This record gives sequence, C-alpha cells and structure tokens, in this order.
Amino acid sequence: MSIPIPPAGPSTTPGASVALDDKDLEGGLSLWQGAFRRLRRSPTAWCGAVIVALFVVVAAAAPLLTSYQPGSTQWAGDVTTTEIPGPSADHWLGLDRYGSDLWTQLVYGARQSLLYGVISTVLGLAVGATLGALAGGFGAVGGRFGTVVDATIMRLVDIMLAVPSLLLAVSIAAMLGQSGTAVVIAIGAAQVPVFARLLRGSMLAQGKADYVLAANALGLRRSRIVMSHMLPNSMGPTIVQATLNLATAIIEVAALSYLGLGAPDPAIAEWGRMLVAAQDRFDDAARLAILPGVAIAITALGFTLFGEALRESLDPRTRR
Amino acid sequence: MLRFVVRRLLLLVPVLIGLSVLLFAWVRALPGDPARSLLGERATDAGVERINEVYGFDRPLVEQYVSYVGALLRGDFGTSIQTGRPVTESFIDYFPATIELAVTALLFAVVIGVPLGYLAARHQGRWLDTTVVTGSLLGVVTPVFFLAILLKLVFANWLGWLPTGLRQDPRIDATHVTNFYVLDGFLTQEWDAAFNAMAHLVLPAIALGTIPLAIIVRITRAAVADVLNEDYVRTAHAKGLTAATISRRHVLRNALLPVVTTIGLQAGLLLSGAVLTETVFSFNGIGSYLFTAITRRDYPVLQGFILFIALLYCLINLLVDVVYGLIDPRVRAA
Repeated sequence: MSIPIPPAGPSTTPGASVALDDKDLEGGLSLWQGAFRRLRRSPTAWCGAVIVALFVVVAAAAPLLTSYQPGSTQWAGDVTTTEIPGPSADHWLGLDRYGSDLWTQLVYGARQSLLYGVISTVLGLAVGATLGALAGGFGAVGGRFGTVVDATIMRLVDIMLAVPSLLLAVSIAAMLGQSGTAVVIAIGAAQVPVFARLLRGSMLAQGKADYVLAANALGLRRSRIVMSHMLPNSMGPTIVQATLNLATAIIEVAALSYLGLGAPDPAIAEWGRMLVAAQDRFDDAARLAILPGVAIAITALGFTLFGEALRESLDPRTRR
Repeated sequence: MLRFVVRRLLLLVPVLIGLSVLLFAWVRALPGDPARSLLGERATDAGVERINEVYGFDRPLVEQYVSYVGALLRGDFGTSIQTGRPVTESFIDYFPATIELAVTALLFAVVIGVPLGYLAARHQGRWLDTTVVTGSLLGVVTPVFFLAILLKLVFANWLGWLPTGLRQDPRIDATHVTNFYVLDGFLTQEWDAAFNAMAHLVLPAIALGTIPLAIIVRITRAAVADVLNEDYVRTAHAKGLTAATISRRHVLRNALLPVVTTIGLQAGLLLSGAVLTETVFSFNGIGSYLFTAITRRDYPVLQGFILFIALLYCLINLLVDVVYGLIDPRVRAA
C-alpha cells in the first residue's frame, strides 16, 4: 500500500481533509468514508445499531412509554412479604418489592444507564485521549523534552493500570461518596489508562509512517504534523475502543450500584440497584432480577456488536 | 533472560511508589477530617483522638508518608477501623478462598475455551463456529453479577442441585490446614468435606469463568484461523504431513502464543470479578471481605487491599511476560 505524500499546497490548510489518502484502494474514499461504506453492508453493525437506537429511543421517550413516575411506591400496600403482584393490565410487568411499577423502573433505568454510560465514557475518552496524544505526540517528536513528557505520562498511566479497572472505579467511588457524579467520575477515570495507552501506541506507530517522513522532509512544523496528520490518522482504534467501552461502562455502572456505591436516590431507577433489591425475592418474583439483568446485557450487546463491526470496517485487512 | 526479568522488576518500582503515594493521598482526600471520615457516623472525640494517634493525621504530611511506607515495608498494611484486625492478617485468611475460586474459574475457562476456539476455527462459517462465536459474544456482554444471580436462581434455588452459597456446609466438621478447603479435604482425607467444598465452588467458578472463557474462545479462534492461512501450513500440507502432525506441530504451537498471553491477562478480570461473584454467593474470600469493607466504609481495609491486589496483579503480569519471553525469544529483546 503506497500512501501518497500529502501535497504541500492546499491540503495542508486547516480544515482540509486530513484523513488517510487511500485513493489507490477505494476510488477517492477517505478512511472514514470507506469504513462507513463497509459498515452499512455489515449485518453485525446493523444489529448493533438497531439495539442501540432502540435503547436511546426508550431512554429519551421514557415519560411517553409509561404513565407512572419512577420510584413512586404508591402500590406498596399491594406487596406482601410472600407475594409481589405479577403482570396485570395496569402494570404490564407487575410491581417490584417496593411497590413501584416494574415497567416504569426499567424504562427510566435505560435513561440512567445511557446518561451515566455515555458521560463516563466521554470523560474517560477526553482525558485519556489528551494524555495519549500528548505522550504519543511528544514521544514521536522525540528529543529530551519529548521523551520526558512521554515517560512521565506513561508512568502515571502504568500506575493506574496496576489496579484492575473495576477496583479502580470502586476506590474512586468510595472516596467521592455516594452520588451520580461520583459514579460517572469513577467509571470515567478507570477508562483513562486504556485510551491513553491505545492512542499513544497508534501515534507512535504513525510516527514511523512514510507520510510523516515526507511531511517532515517538506519542512512542515512538527506540531502541525502531529496535530493535523498523525492525530487524525491514529484515532481509529481509540474510537472503536470508546464504542466497546460504552458497553463496559453500562455494566460497571450497574456493578457499582450492586456493590452499594451507586447513586442513593430511590426516585432514580437504576438497573443495578433493581438487581440488588430483587435478590432476596427470587422464589416469589424471579422476573425482578431477570428483567433488569437482561436489559443490561442487551444494551451491552448492542454497543459491543456495533463496536466490533466498526473495528472490522476500519481494519486495513478487510478493505477491498 | 535474567536481564529481562530484572529490568521488568525495576520498572515495577516507580509504579509501586506512585501507587503508595496515590493511596496515601486517597485516605487524606476523603471529605472532611480524615479521622472523622474514617470513623464515620460513630465518631466520638475520644475516637478521633485515638485514630489521630494511631495514624498520625496531626503530624506533617511527609512524616506521615514516611511512616506509612515504613509500615508497608514491614508488612503492616493498616488496621481495620471496624474490627481492629490487621489488614495483612485478614488478607492471609481470606486469600486462599479467592485463589481456589479464581484457579477453578480459570481452569474451567481454559479447558473449555481452547478446544472450543480451535474447533470453531477449523469449522469456520459452519454452524459450530456460528454457535461458538454467538455464545462467546453473549458471554462477554453478560454482567458477572447477573450471571451469578441467574446461576444461583436456577441451579440452587429452583433445581436445588447445588448449594446457594458459602464455601462449605457449616454442618460439616472439617479440619482446615491450609484454608484451601478442597485441598484440606484431600490432605486430611475427609472426602465429604472435599466434595462439599467442590460442590460449593461449581456455580461461583462458572460465573467468574464465563467472561474469561468467552475471551479465550475468541482469541484462540482468531489465532488458529490466522495460523491456518500461513504459508508454512500450506507447505506442511504440500510435503505430505498428516493433518494431526500439522495441527500439533505447526498450528497449535504457533497459535498458542497469543492464547497464553490472554490467559495471563485474565488476572485483572478474575480479581475484579471475584468481588462481585463472592458477594453473590457469600463466598468468604477477599472479594466479599472487600465488599464488607466498602459497605462499612472501612477505608484502611480498602487502602490495604487495593495495594495488595495491585501488587499481586503486577506480579502476575510480570510472570506472564516472563513466560511469554520464554516461549517467544523476540519478546525478550523488545
């Protein structure tokens, strides 16, 4: 695969296409355009996209899908120690042990998962990618200063990687106290090292590419080569990882709740906490545990399928 | 090889120093007065004073850090606020349970995962492959604690085939030598106790092992599929070697490299997963101990345990690197 040297003229102006010039391979399509075209043909991507879309719609339209309020325990009187009312015309999936409508809790739970999952991943991506880009950029440029910046950042990342990610999230959440913000920060922070390492790795790999050599030979400033050539070309794996991490983040939000570190407000429906609450009512109402668990798994499946399809469509080996 | 190991060990030093600084800062970053937040709701002036005395929160930070590290080096990882027990002691008590669980889970994942991945790669695109790939995808997306709850619900609560929790039936009067209950049963020849402990391991191990299993299946499948396309495999066929010889000498040998690394990398997943699995099954290992510490906000325990786990995790990763270096000489040079 020969990558044409970026012309010194117009295409180096800001805003011009900086995506990989793969014209030889795909008749004028950029890396991302080609990936999108392959993505549209992938059944895996479609499955993932449909699940994710459904999840987003449910989360956004929660108030339209149910006539009850989340966390409302107005039917608590109907729940006894031995029996929790099952599905009925008024309550499609029955009540939960606190006397809330299960369907309402599930639907509003989607909202919570989406919110926490997306914000924490975006947070992790923003911090991680910044660290990774700094380390990778300075590392690729080299020199004493560059090496020191790279090494300092990567040692910090190593320290974070020394603790398994869920436990890192647990320790941060335990420090910040019980709140939604704590959950989001904890799960976001636990993702930082992965993004940093990944982006740095692909930037260092890009540093040896012919087009960087060419841009160097043409006398482009190093900062420009890093920012407008190496960085955009290195983002692929990081974006794939972010999609996959959305699945992990949603599972980890539930895991933190399960461990008693989630948001404490009972008016907020949360899938993880629903699972915990259901545990000692297995024998009379297993659906209370099964439904939120399945909801978490299906949502994670959607993001995983889409992420995997995205990875495949960006993989140079599957092009052509 | 020795130089490789020494260099990797030296790289651990800054990581551990950094981690000790962060964990030290962590307790001090708790909102409010550290002694008060350590004691939580039960804080009394006398208690606060006692904690300040023990932990030296009223001394200068540098001095506090030096004495903290000094204590760590002497093997003192702190003392539980709730029980007054040294963290190191509890760790040694609960650790065998978690090792027993994690090893069983990993065994389950490897023994089933590697052959399944190999078979899937050999039958690419056929129903077996499709089933295995779909199954592994489901395995990856199912939260550990949900799977644990589900297994408990079906096989313990409904069918009653296996125990719902704990490490051993408390009615069994077993002698414990090593605290590895299964091993203890064999050592003392109390077969009942050994089998009972094994029965208690089945569900937690499956729950904990499923994600590693799914990952191992996928990696094995991909690795074998890659190797099958290699020129040297075609050459081996061309020169008339039998299929069995090619599988054993050429395919498996080369494909197992990434698989071995992946198996080693499951340590983190197993350690985090253990916290959740042990909690669901009331399995008394470091996981459920950590969970208790979280619910009671027992910060010294959390601090000590996280350092222990990080240490363990780093050593396992080092071991994986060494094994990998032994198998593949190219790694040593890198």
